Amino acid sequence: MAAFENVFSFFGLSEWCDSGKQKALISLKSLKNEETAWWDIPFPSLDNLHKACASIPQSRDLTASLEDGFLYIRPSLRTVLDPITQPLSWMLDSALYLFTNTPWWILLPLFMLAVQWSARSWKITAFVVSCIIFYLATDHYSYAMQTLSIIFVCTVLCVVIGVPTGILMARSNTVQRMLIPILDMLQTLPTFVYLIPLIFIFKITEPKLYGLAIILYAIVPVIRLTDLGIRLVDKDVIEAANAYGMTKRQLLFNVQVPLAMPNIMAGVNQTIMMSLAMVVIASLVSAPGLGTLVLDGINNLRLGVGFMAGIGIVLLAIILDRVSKSALKRMNKTYHG
Amino acid sequence: MMTTTQSQKSSDVAISIRNLFKIFGDDPKSVLPQLHDGIDKADVQRKTGHVIGLNNINVDIQSGKITVIMGLSGSGKSTLIRHINRLIEPTAGEILLDGENILNLPDDKLRQLRQTRMSMVFQKFALLPHRTVLQNTMLAPMVRNEDKVKSEKEARYWLSRVELDGYEDAYPHQLSGGMQQRVGIARALTSNADFMLMDEAFSALDPLIRTSMQDLLLDLQEDLHKTIIFITHDLDEALKIADHLVVLKDGFVVQQGNPQHIILNPSDPYIEEFVSDINRARVLRVGSVMKPSKTTKKTAGSIDSKQSLEQLIAQADGDVKGIYAVTEKDKTVGHIEMTQVYKALVRYNLTTSRRAK
Ligand SMILES: Nc1ncnc2c1ncn2[C@@H]1O[C@H](COP(=O)(O)OP(=O)(O)OP(=O)(O)O)[C@@H](O)[C@H]1O
Ligand SMILES: [Mg+2]
Repeated sequence: MAAFENVFSFFGLSEWCDSGKQKALISLKSLKNEETAWWDIPFPSLDNLHKACASIPQSRDLTASLEDGFLYIRPSLRTVLDPITQPLSWMLDSALYLFTNTPWWILLPLFMLAVQWSARSWKITAFVVSCIIFYLATDHYSYAMQTLSIIFVCTVLCVVIGVPTGILMARSNTVQRMLIPILDMLQTLPTFVYLIPLIFIFKITEPKLYGLAIILYAIVPVIRLTDLGIRLVDKDVIEAANAYGMTKRQLLFNVQVPLAMPNIMAGVNQTIMMSLAMVVIASLVSAPGLGTLVLDGINNLRLGVGFMAGIGIVLLAIILDRVSKSALKRMNKTYHG
Repeated sequence: MMTTTQSQKSSDVAISIRNLFKIFGDDPKSVLPQLHDGIDKADVQRKTGHVIGLNNINVDIQSGKITVIMGLSGSGKSTLIRHINRLIEPTAGEILLDGENILNLPDDKLRQLRQTRMSMVFQKFALLPHRTVLQNTMLAPMVRNEDKVKSEKEARYWLSRVELDGYEDAYPHQLSGGMQQRVGIARALTSNADFMLMDEAFSALDPLIRTSMQDLLLDLQEDLHKTIIFITHDLDEALKIADHLVVLKDGFVVQQGNPQHIILNPSDPYIEEFVSDINRARVLRVGSVMKPSKTTKKTAGSIDSKQSLEQLIAQADGDVKGIYAVTEKDKTVGHIEMTQVYKALVRYNLTTSRRAK
């Protein structure tokens, strides 16, 4: 590191550098008195420069200052976000309560009816029923219900927030230009990275922590496909609607949204699948459900527990996918033959 | 006296298009002063990067009549018809309806105009795919938030007029193209608007269906007397249904007037070329070739002025010399000599060039 020391003294900065020195530790290298080869020039990174001149911060100082910054704005963020997101906690809590405390012999027929109504296929209904019986028989039922209730709440919220956002995006190019980078970021950030700022802001025991993580991750497709679907609506049909003097509102609800419905539903399907993926990871931040069993399997090396929970998750994924896809297919059929 | 004012009224100008210009591009106003009649469209495009859509259009649309706008692809037909209900905003000019310039209407007035006075039929039908035939037909009253029961009755009536009873609950994709377009027409009629804009309404249909749709339209027009603006690139279709024909080329009007008159007196090589391929015997009517005076000579028979020359030749059984009285509602209005008939069958420029020889 002699190279950088010389640079600093050349510019007459030695004094400034030394002023930052607290307790100079003698490095191992200089104790051994090893000469570094001349070609071994290090990159002037923060850490290397710090060694030569104590007044320059280390890389760790940078990350630490990020943390400090976060901690600094945390109270104000909390005062804003806490009340806004509190309903999410309530919704998750009550859905969890409802799904896990309703006796299985009431829920099972209800599920049958719901699946039959939305998918209109006896095969799928039979599959769903046998899966639920499998959960019941292997005592995974309450875990599966917890996972399902979280997905249910998050998907509903994703649709309630995502569809109007997508509509706004389709109507205004400016909104689209502003939102696309945000959506790109939400979609490309590794899933674990979502959890970090959320843990900073909320208490880890609050349900809204994982709820938010799931919603942020899963809302992207429903927004994107709503936007796309509305933009793809046949220009001729829009022109006809305008020629007969439809108001913007009539156009939206009578033409654009119904015609974009297949795309919107495809977005909902993806949103459901992504919520499922995230709810498993969110067990790291105390989301209940099948994910906790997987986590237990990893932490305590209980292969069997993790494996069974894995199968449970796969089954849940198949159920959700089939039911939402066949609802989508049915919709396409009535519109386009 | 009564009858003259009435006939005057039926030929009233409903919509008057005045000096209408449309230029597509980034700065249309800057190109506007450079335009003049017959300017080369490709040249303007090369020099300024702007496309001329419409170049100084002046057309009077007669109330209760069918005005046909004809021209080749890209001549600006769709652009023109979309100005009438302002689906496209012009660069300059005015469109007067009841003395009011449509182009100055505020949004709500424009919407009201489209809801109550204008209906439109589209080349690609443009039905709502998620609505049944009946719901599609009820579009206009639905947009106006009218009483469901009454408008459903009306929609069913028009569906039966276009011979689609029994298909009320079908979806558009279950119908053939011809049937879908009949739904399009029923939708336009259910709106009860006095104007009907038809942009190549029959172009997507095969020839037989097309002829029957033209007949249907003429049939309906017989009792409805709507003001119809009809677009086509097909001369035979234009001649069959037009009361007034406007020929467009590169965004300007080459010639307009009575279609029979245009065939007999084409004013421009472009139109001559257009009319050169038609079957003149079938298209020309006795009334447009006859002499409007009663003859003193002996006539071989009489014929209605609406009949085609082909029908007269058939009636004369190939005779080339006779004279026929021409009637309109059993009243003699003129006479026609067979020699005239045969002369009219030969193209205008051919007769003149032979005479020049
Ligand atoms: N939105 C637009 N932007 C730029 N140019 C346009 C636009 N719409 C039409 N044009 C141009 O205006 C001209 C007239 O187009 P228009 O669609 O009115 O033709 P048309 O007579 O209806 O043709 P067709 O028989 O093919 O339907 C064409 O040269 C076309 O390229
Ligand atoms: Mg066109």
